[in-house]
Amino acid sequence: MSDFHASDGPPRHWLQPRPEGLWCAPGRFFIDPARPVDRAVITHGHSDHARPGNRAVLATEGTLAIMRARLGDGAGGSLEPVAYGERRRIGEVDVTLLPAGHVLGSAQVRLDWRGAVAVVSGDYKRRLDATCAPFEPARCDVFVTEATFGLPVFRHPPDTEEVGRLLHSLRVFPERSHVVGVYALGKCQRVAALLRQAGYDRPIYVHGALAAMCDVYRAHGVDLGELRLATAARPSELKGEIVLAPPSALADRWARRLSDPVAAMASGWMRVRQRARQRQVELPLVISDHADWDELLATIRDVDAPEVWVTHGREEALIHAISAQGRRARALSLVGFEEEGQ
Amino acid sequence: MKRFAGLLDQLVFTPSRNGKLRLIQDYARRAPDPDRGYAVAALTGALAFARAKPALVRGLAEQRVDPVLFRWSYDFVGDLAETVALSWPGPAAAVVAPPPRLGDVVARLERAGRSEIPALLAAWLDALDATGRWALLKLITGSLRVGVSAGLVRAALAEIGKVEAAQVQEVWHALAPPYEALFAWLEGRGERPSVATGLGFRPMMLAQALDEAELAALDPSAYRAEWKWDGIRIQLAGAGGRLCLYSRTGDEIARSFPDLVEPLAAAGPLEAVLDGELLVARAGTGDRLEPAPFSELQQRLNRKTVTAAMMRDRPVFIRAYDLLFEGAQDLRDLPFDERRRRLEHWIRRRMPPRIDLSPAVAFAHWDELAALRAEARACGVEGLMLKRGDSPYVAGRPKGPWFKWKRGPLVVDAVLMYAQRGHGKRSSYYSDYTFGCWRPIADGTGADGTGRELVPVGKAYFGFTDLELVQLDKFVREHTIDRFGPVRVVEPSLVLEIACDGVQRSTRHKSGVAMRFPRIHRLRWDKPAEEADEVATLEKAIEAN
Repeated sequence: MSDFHASDGPPRHWLQPRPEGLWCAPGRFFIDPARPVDRAVITHGHSDHARPGNRAVLATEGTLAIMRARLGDGAGGSLEPVAYGERRRIGEVDVTLLPAGHVLGSAQVRLDWRGAVAVVSGDYKRRLDATCAPFEPARCDVFVTEATFGLPVFRHPPDTEEVGRLLHSLRVFPERSHVVGVYALGKCQRVAALLRQAGYDRPIYVHGALAAMCDVYRAHGVDLGELRLATAARPSELKGEIVLAPPSALADRWARRLSDPVAAMASGWMRVRQRARQRQVELPLVISDHADWDELLATIRDVDAPEVWVTHGREEALIHAISAQGRRARALSLVGFEEEGQ
Repeated sequence: MKRFAGLLDQLVFTPSRNGKLRLIQDYARRAPDPDRGYAVAALTGALAFARAKPALVRGLAEQRVDPVLFRWSYDFVGDLAETVALSWPGPAAAVVAPPPRLGDVVARLERAGRSEIPALLAAWLDALDATGRWALLKLITGSLRVGVSAGLVRAALAEIGKVEAAQVQEVWHALAPPYEALFAWLEGRGERPSVATGLGFRPMMLAQALDEAELAALDPSAYRAEWKWDGIRIQLAGAGGRLCLYSRTGDEIARSFPDLVEPLAAAGPLEAVLDGELLVARAGTGDRLEPAPFSELQQRLNRKTVTAAMMRDRPVFIRAYDLLFEGAQDLRDLPFDERRRRLEHWIRRRMPPRIDLSPAVAFAHWDELAALRAEARACGVEGLMLKRGDSPYVAGRPKGPWFKWKRGPLVVDAVLMYAQRGHGKRSSYYSDYTFGCWRPIADGTGADGTGRELVPVGKAYFGFTDLELVQLDKFVREHTIDRFGPVRVVEPSLVLEIACDGVQRSTRHKSGVAMRFPRIHRLRWDKPAEEADEVATLEKAIEAN
């Protein structure tokens, strides 16, 4: 590992993308590394962020619980939990995890070194979600943002409306199973919680691949009501019921236990009809755990960073729009590779 | 507008007819008048107002959305109405009007001049949510494309009133949007709307497919035979000096066929309702009208504008086979023989231009008729019709009085090439199949050195049993060699015996041929793919037409 000698300066001098991940030099750690490293700070438990095999891991208790459930012993050598807002010094850097509102345990990483503050947001959203703590904007000099839905066509409608459409379809087709394609971590539990908020009190059936994460959420005090394993249910029992399953399960032979299912899918991508059609979804539900276009831009204004680094998604459109706000914006992948003074 | 938008949105994603029916019923039960009536009119294509061109819509959007972002968005989404609906940034003004009602939108558009449209549209786009904006843009550009026919809408409405679809169809043309009298009747709040004018559509009498095993039990002397013409079924209604031409589902199609309607109107009042087949006349047969293949007629269907060249090259005519009204007299309760006598007499007397009589086919025994049917392909007809001489004309498809006895299908052996998943009950099965036939490669090479390649000739998703579906699905999953989005490319090793009603030349398909009504006849697990048919076999079938 290379030594670090910069005496101070803007974050681009000490926070840089490397093949292993985002490297914080004065703290000698990586954020969400793509391959095993000595020391990692993990923003949240999705598998493209929380990977196995790091020697020391700092994350929220929620994220560590998710990693233990998914990765077992591979979760890391030493797992150090830290509460939201609690300051930890790693090397020379003060590290604070702030809620990101994405999934249970998800955090932004606030890095403070010699008076310069960078916030790495990880994945985030701004709407309220009963299954995780809400995003907390923090002022900073550099904000690292995701851009999954970085095009103005992505404006997520209110999630209550989307769940309302699912319940409406159940009324129109009371004899058909409604299978909702959901990701195992986050979306599954959020959809269940939204259904409960909408007053839906029947058992919700879940595919076996989703059960472990639901248990983690419950252990963290998230109430999902009565869940039953779809795999154990008789086909007749699933008529007219809501079944949560991984998106791939509907195409799979697994789906044959369902009676004339309505194929629903909960994802921000469902906003674009052609995407939904391609996946043969009959009931697209625009429910996302990522910030939509308006939330991305509002967040940039809220944290009021003069410089924004963009990653994960449609960088160029978001960079274009942030530049129009009079801020400096660039793709995270290029940070450190550009000429100074430009 | 919100409910209507929700309905359109769901219809787009719902593939099954039954699902669409239920959605339309649910909407019509909940939505108030006059909105639901206008929604019905929008779905059946009965609304007429100044349309907005795509360029106008795009121009409006680029005033509101950063053009660079709009372009990237359009590239990503691929559909203009949808891109505008999704990227519209919300109102420019601080005070927003409440979302418009569908009824108000339609009423306003009917009065609006072309120059008023941009301002109206912008104000509505401001007031609606994304799905509402999408529906509005579909409505105002006149391209709903939600896969719903007028017949399906009427079937949904009939269900609400617990009446036969034919009953709704019969009153349909006496009504106009927003159909309040119709809803009042269906909901038991009003009388059945009267069908006073003689121009209304009369629900058609349809034939059952003949089960040849039953033929022996039928008395040949009780039945009359005619050729089954390979055109489209129509009804021609004339009253009070006016003419209407209806498709089999009761859609008014006169506008598409001025070459038929204008000479007829010029020949004097028709004052009758005829049942018959619309056909294209083969060129160069003089005064005798001779039908051209169906593919010729297809060039004339579903056209909003008709060119002089189309009418010259593919002139249409009616081959009449029944008379439902003569003057004001309703003949439908009379026996077929009597109606036929009157029809023959009427045609002889009137000599209407561009109408001739479907001739009776004489026979004494079923064997004799079977022999005639065997030659049917050469005659350019679809088969035979059998009608009981004593049958009254009744709406729907009663069992017994009328039979259609189609000529035997064409059968070819093709190779399974691609498969896609189905919908609903079949959503976990690869049940939609694309199959191909062999063709020599121009330069004589080929991946396998045989000098031949497979080219797709058609698609089919029925004709197999549930058990065969399970076997086909398993085969597809185990023999997938590539994927393009939802499409699986299958190792070309399974031969499917495909039955179809005919073959047409096609410029759209790589193979240059298109099959009519293809279905999977048998699975030929036993047959090696190399022994499947060549495209040339299908080309020969075109010539037979």
